[in-house]
Amino acid sequence: MIRYPRRTLLRAGAAFAGAAALGFPAIVRAQADKIRIGHLTPLTGFLGVIGSYAQLGAKLAAEEINASGGILGKQIDLLSEDSINPATAATKAQRMLEQDGAVVLLGEISSASSLTIMQVAERNKKVFFSTGARSDALRGKSCNKYSFHCDIPNTVMVNAVGTALEQKGMVKGKKFFTLTADYIFGHDLLKAAKVFFGAHDANLIGDELIATDVTDFSPYLLKVRQAKPDVVCCNLAGNQVTNLVKQYAEFGFPYPLVGFNLNTGDAWAAGAGNLSGTWPTVWYHTLANPTSQAFVAAFTKKYGKPPENHAWIDYVTLKLLAEAINTTKSTDSGELIAYFEKQAQFDIGKARKAYFRSWDHQLVQEAYPFTVKPKDQMKDQWDMLVLGDVVPAANDPLETIYPTKEQNPCEMKA
Amino acid sequence: MQFEFLLEQVVNGLVLGGYYLLVALGLSLIFSVGGIVNLAHGAFYALGAYICVELTSRLGFGPSVVISPLAVALLGILFERFILRRFYTADPILSLLVTFGLAMVAEQAIRMIWGAAPVSTEIPQSFRGSVIVGDFLFSRYRLLILGVVALVMVGIWLLLHKTSFGRVVRAGIQRPDMVAALGIRLQPHMTAVVMLGVGLAALGGAFFAPITTVHPAMGADIMTIAFVVVVIGGLGSFWGVVIAALLVGVVRGIAIHFEPAAGEASIYILMFVVLLVRPRGLLGERIEKFE
Repeated sequence: MIRYPRRTLLRAGAAFAGAAALGFPAIVRAQADKIRIGHLTPLTGFLGVIGSYAQLGAKLAAEEINASGGILGKQIDLLSEDSINPATAATKAQRMLEQDGAVVLLGEISSASSLTIMQVAERNKKVFFSTGARSDALRGKSCNKYSFHCDIPNTVMVNAVGTALEQKGMVKGKKFFTLTADYIFGHDLLKAAKVFFGAHDANLIGDELIATDVTDFSPYLLKVRQAKPDVVCCNLAGNQVTNLVKQYAEFGFPYPLVGFNLNTGDAWAAGAGNLSGTWPTVWYHTLANPTSQAFVAAFTKKYGKPPENHAWIDYVTLKLLAEAINTTKSTDSGELIAYFEKQAQFDIGKARKAYFRSWDHQLVQEAYPFTVKPKDQMKDQWDMLVLGDVVPAANDPLETIYPTKEQNPCEMKA
Repeated sequence: MQFEFLLEQVVNGLVLGGYYLLVALGLSLIFSVGGIVNLAHGAFYALGAYICVELTSRLGFGPSVVISPLAVALLGILFERFILRRFYTADPILSLLVTFGLAMVAEQAIRMIWGAAPVSTEIPQSFRGSVIVGDFLFSRYRLLILGVVALVMVGIWLLLHKTSFGRVVRAGIQRPDMVAALGIRLQPHMTAVVMLGVGLAALGGAFFAPITTVHPAMGADIMTIAFVVVVIGGLGSFWGVVIAALLVGVVRGIAIHFEPAAGEASIYILMFVVLLVRPRGLLGERIEKFE
């Protein structure tokens, strides 16, 4: 038997385990004489599940656009890769723009990665559509001229759920305990939640910041019980939400669990019978709207399962980008930005059309609170949610649920 | 009151440690006997969870949680005979590469069979909720896990210390050359050790499936902690791994009680300190072939 030092072996083992955690991106190579569009989204890690949906949505949009003649008569060549983490996301974004010749970037779910891609976009003077990141700060103090934000920001999610909770008498004078994802998104969401609690006479009696790779929540749940709150509120992200929801059901606490962030993919992963409470969403596949239903039918036909909200947002973003390029007959960043800043309206499969607000580049659109269907009423494993009343209500201007210039100021340098 | 809360975290940490133990013990056994760092160990954990979810919809939870680890243990036979066996005496970097590659293949295979989106299953109704014993709150389901872990550990201890099989395995850890000189072939024992090791990992996966996200990369999540436990516990020692697993669970619980932000870092600090004081791990024996 060969002799080898034990610690060398363990060290090598640990190095491999570390490398495994980085993941292995699927690299789609570029082809010549096409319009290249760079798509980055997390396919591994705690957001990998919902990122996989985003990739499917973007691919479907590219196929449909190409089948109907492409943009400016050219086919789209979608380079879609795993963004992995903020540092790698920035490196890949730079490479896509510099070496692969991408004319525009889109994608991302992690607010931390989105922030680094936004900086790359600004340096290279190329447009980036941050499709799934929700941190208010990206639209506020970190905003820049080249970045556009498609998903609803944290403040909107808090307002959507908060309003629904208030109607049920679950806010005023109640004691809240929050569990918060420990990165820019979670911190930002907690900030928005605190503003809401402050404005509605609710008390925040405890908060736990939780690392994104935590899979066991039992120590935190014990702390929740020790605090004896009226409502437990989840400000987590991705797999964290799924794990919390499952373990909350496991412990069977009497305090209702609600949340200011949930993606349908995480709800599906938690499974029927585990999820309860009131949550926000930007879109759900049962939404009764012809554009949405056409997308759901095409997606389900191609992939054999209904689309998740990140599939939808990446799909509509690529579609509206193609529309913008075809209208302006240009892929020039300046012309595209000018077009979007005129607040052009887009059909994104909701009752009201959406537009990018000129001063912070936020895609202003409707949002929905939802509750969970009893298991025996579900048609299939994906039919989990009951959408509540659309916010804002049909007579109110769309922007009423979005932060104002004063609340989330954005200064774009020219 | 503060003290009771802390004690509650300690007890909860012990329960969690029991679950780490399921994965770490197999990793330690395979390394101790075969000298192979099985980077594919997490893949067997994931397979255990997936097979359990798949079977639960047909057979219910009880039978699934038994059948799933057994099925994975059978896979372990193939794994040992056709892959691991070639690398016992080879340069360790080769076995690292092979098991690392296998972990990737397994993850992609799971993705192809079950899809990239997580699958889900529920805890049986009778094990939902928590019980309060004295001042402590326990999840019923985790108490069940704890009971199963305790039973399994007693079984393994008896197997290793009270049977001729166990004697050969323990001798094989220390002096494989001597075992061979006595005319005993270690390889059939190694097959059994690998079956046992990956079966335990699958048992952990099966029991954790209802309370965690069952997704293709879940194996990678558990591997880091399992490694830490093995390093802290020391090689070749059954009790070393047991104590290390419980310690890791408890230290994490205490850290989260006092300084939540340090919760996940605490176990690495623990490993660092243990290695500084006892480079061989808590109860690690001096094993000639690894020196």
